[in-house]
Amino acid sequence: MSDTVATAASAGVMAGFAELRRVAIVPALNEEVAIASVVDELRAFDPGLDVVVVDDGSVDRTAAVATARGARVLRLPFNLGIGGAVQTGFRYAFEHGYDIAVRVDGDGQHDPSQLPFVLEPLLRGDADIVVGSRFAGDRYGYRSSRTRRVGIRLLAWVVSRIVGQRVTDTTSGFQALNREGIALFARDYPHDYPEVEATVMVFRHRLRLREVPVSMRERGGGRSSITTLRSVYYMVKVLLAIFVGLFRRNVVPQEDAR
Amino acid sequence: MTPLAVSIVGAIASFTLVVVVLELIRSHRLRERYALLWIATGLTLTALSAWRSGLNTIAGWLGVRSYPPAVLFAVGILFILAVLLHYSTVISRLSDQNVLLAQRLALLEERLDEDATG
Repeated sequence: MSDTVATAASAGVMAGFAELRRVAIVPALNEEVAIASVVDELRAFDPGLDVVVVDDGSVDRTAAVATARGARVLRLPFNLGIGGAVQTGFRYAFEHGYDIAVRVDGDGQHDPSQLPFVLEPLLRGDADIVVGSRFAGDRYGYRSSRTRRVGIRLLAWVVSRIVGQRVTDTTSGFQALNREGIALFARDYPHDYPEVEATVMVFRHRLRLREVPVSMRERGGGRSSITTLRSVYYMVKVLLAIFVGLFRRNVVPQEDAR
Repeated sequence: MTPLAVSIVGAIASFTLVVVVLELIRSHRLRERYALLWIATGLTLTALSAWRSGLNTIAGWLGVRSYPPAVLFAVGILFILAVLLHYSTVISRLSDQNVLLAQRLALLEERLDEDATG
């Protein structure tokens, strides 16, 4: 395991970690190439971490590969889109009484060795939701198309202005949530390009969101589901959703009957 | 030139459409995905109604000399056709998904029965 885990453990931050019920939610669409190593790495990082792969209507062997690697697989009967898929995972985590959920994409771009950075503020009790950001700090390992970078920056700027806290990466799916965060997203989670709206939602519910710098890898396999034209469409849709959402009454998070 | 009353009523009606659509989104009764076409419809018709000289010019391009508001109707009808076509694709997808859900449910029930009896 990496030095960071050891450092964090010696600092006592990870001390209570082993007692917590924790789950990794891995949304995957046609990731038969990448999913095996994603599941393996998560289990290697923390054998006590339950890995739940949400197969969002894949037409390849994603579900079979994930099952063979020891992950629990939720097979959606058809493609729900990333928002619906991820929320399935949050519902699972909520209903099964997990204390902590981490969200890791099924394409391998999120490196489980970076999880200690994302978990640390959560375990210290400093945040309800922690987002691994490619742009916070100087660990800048992320390359992407120009259009997407501009889009990500623009959304980050808009969201920062709305929530009154600097947010650098509103499209990152590398996250860790505590029970409050899980309860909120189990009840209400946006569709299609959900992280941006979800960020605003988190602040409106007065949950504490923290960003930590992480580096991300190139995608392990498969293809990104987001093309340039779709990026523009999503951008318009997400901006509309954010602005209309500002005038919306808050939903009540799922009642915790645990 | 378009009669002033037509411009005013057209602009008010189209803008009302935009406001109603936004309110439907706000109250969770309409998803953004299905609202975008409606908003485009409303904004385009509002613009064409309010921008009287523009409507006149466009009507001129299209050879409509006698009654420029006809262009307004034509554009409106085109947008409605687009929305309807979009709905047809949405309904098709929903019915496919519905079939799949029913089949999965039947298979699951059979598996439960098997567990109960076997």
